[in-house]
Amino acid sequence: MLALTPADYDAVGLSIKVALTAMAVSLPFGIAFAYLLAFRDFKGKVLFEVAVNLPLTLPPVVIGYLLLRLLGKHGWLGPLLEAAGIRIIFTWKAAVIASAVVGFPLLVRSIRIGMESIDRQLIQASRTLGAPWYDTLATVILPLSLHGIMAGSSLMFARSLGEFGATIIVAGNIPGVTQTIPLAIYEYAGSPTSEEMAMSLCVVSVAISLVALFLHEALGKKLARRN
Amino acid sequence: MEIRVDVKKRFGNFDMDAEFSVAGERIGVFGESGSGKSTLVGLLAGLHEPDRGEIVLDGDCLFSSGGRINVSAERRHIAIVFQQPSLFPHLSVRSNLLYGYKRRDVEHRSVGFEALVDALRLEGLLARGVNNLSGGEKQRVALGRAVLASPRLLLMDEPLSALGDGIKFQIIPFLRGVSERFGIPFLFISHSLVEMQMMADKVLVVAGGRITEQTTTDALARARMGSSPIGYINLLRLASARRIDGLFAYKWGREELLISAGSDEPEGIFELSSKDIILFKRHPEAISARNLLKCTVANTFPAGNRIGTELVCGDEKLVAEMTNQAATELEMKEGCEIFAAIKASAFRRLD
Repeated sequence: MLALTPADYDAVGLSIKVALTAMAVSLPFGIAFAYLLAFRDFKGKVLFEVAVNLPLTLPPVVIGYLLLRLLGKHGWLGPLLEAAGIRIIFTWKAAVIASAVVGFPLLVRSIRIGMESIDRQLIQASRTLGAPWYDTLATVILPLSLHGIMAGSSLMFARSLGEFGATIIVAGNIPGVTQTIPLAIYEYAGSPTSEEMAMSLCVVSVAISLVALFLHEALGKKLARRN
Repeated sequence: MEIRVDVKKRFGNFDMDAEFSVAGERIGVFGESGSGKSTLVGLLAGLHEPDRGEIVLDGDCLFSSGGRINVSAERRHIAIVFQQPSLFPHLSVRSNLLYGYKRRDVEHRSVGFEALVDALRLEGLLARGVNNLSGGEKQRVALGRAVLASPRLLLMDEPLSALGDGIKFQIIPFLRGVSERFGIPFLFISHSLVEMQMMADKVLVVAGGRITEQTTTDALARARMGSSPIGYINLLRLASARRIDGLFAYKWGREELLISAGSDEPEGIFELSSKDIILFKRHPEAISARNLLKCTVANTFPAGNRIGTELVCGDEKLVAEMTNQAATELEMKEGCEIFAAIKASAFRRLD
């Protein structure tokens, strides 16, 4: 039997909420960035690409620290946020931002691969048939890169579920407020009497991941059949 | 349609430097692979931006480096039929056909959906997905999609080269119908002289990224017959097939031709090489060739190291070829009578 406390249920709920929100918020930006990288040539493209991929190579703790310096009360944007009455640090929103930043390169990379796999002549045909770039994006590129978008979203969701280093710095580890599954397991792991509860959360984690993967596979097959 | 082009474009090591001005409804662009034909297509359609120069279509400037004009691809209304059909795989045949149609201003739509579907015989395909179509069906849908966008100019970029011979020549009447039935001018791009003869009236010859010659398809075919291993290809539209002694008899103007590769189809397009016509000064008593036509020499012309001749046989014309010595012995002169023998097996059915 799973031994879950009310706080654990909160952690599970928050993890899913953070992962889904991070995914939803990042998706439009991910699509825009992938489109730029896949189809547009511009000065500084290499630099842009490096910047997009940087979170992949940086330790999450470094990302968390930089976000803290950016969004914290005394950070670079702190006074602006405070003036606007927005508080981010040590709230679930900070966990979302941390997850989004860490998972963003995975999202962009997958969508870009999906977009680059589209036959360029389809795009050229669309343009010469009278579709402006945004019309071509909506009616040809997005439908034909759906598998890439799905793969990227799944990867990002999974990465968000496991996000720890950046989250603990910008969101803290407050049960019921910012404590996600990895943070809860981290807390249990420090106590020799909480082994069973830590293991229960591990099982829940595996179960969520499996459901996400099965959904991804099923949708992928449906898409493949349609195309 | 009149198009004036003077553009330069560098792609890596390849330099495109095209300058021409041509008017007509069925223009061919002929050249070997890698000569720059497809690059020219991209520049005209607005898919590539020239480094400098000018493109003017029917008096409208589409590109001018000096005037800082570059009309975007979607506003040029120059559609393309590619070598591969490039149909949208996530859309049905109907949605593919309507893609450009829906994006064209209503007042500029010159082709009706029903008329197009009827002309290209697409009725039974409309609800189907495009992945289950045959090669010929896909290319017909691609053609229909481009035509329904009511383009000012249609670019056909080697639309037949991915198709087998049988299907290829079934598609040609549809391609020709674009200008004949819907009044859309086209540029037909190909490396095949036979396709060029069937599709275009005037030809631009492209080589090394430049337009090296502007001529008629017939003049091009005649100029190249001496160096071509297949000679000049006479294209014969024949009708009223009937069977005679295991052969097929077709009407060709006032003459009747016996052909072994015929079929029970009442009409057909056949090719006949200039190399497969044997000329006699006088009527031969008995020969094995099943077709003997009494013709008049319309003209003779040099064709490489050979002599070409245009013959008038009844109401129709044929181009034959011979060596210089044969021409001397036959005393080939304009207006003289000559007999042309053609074996029944020399004809090749194209459609």
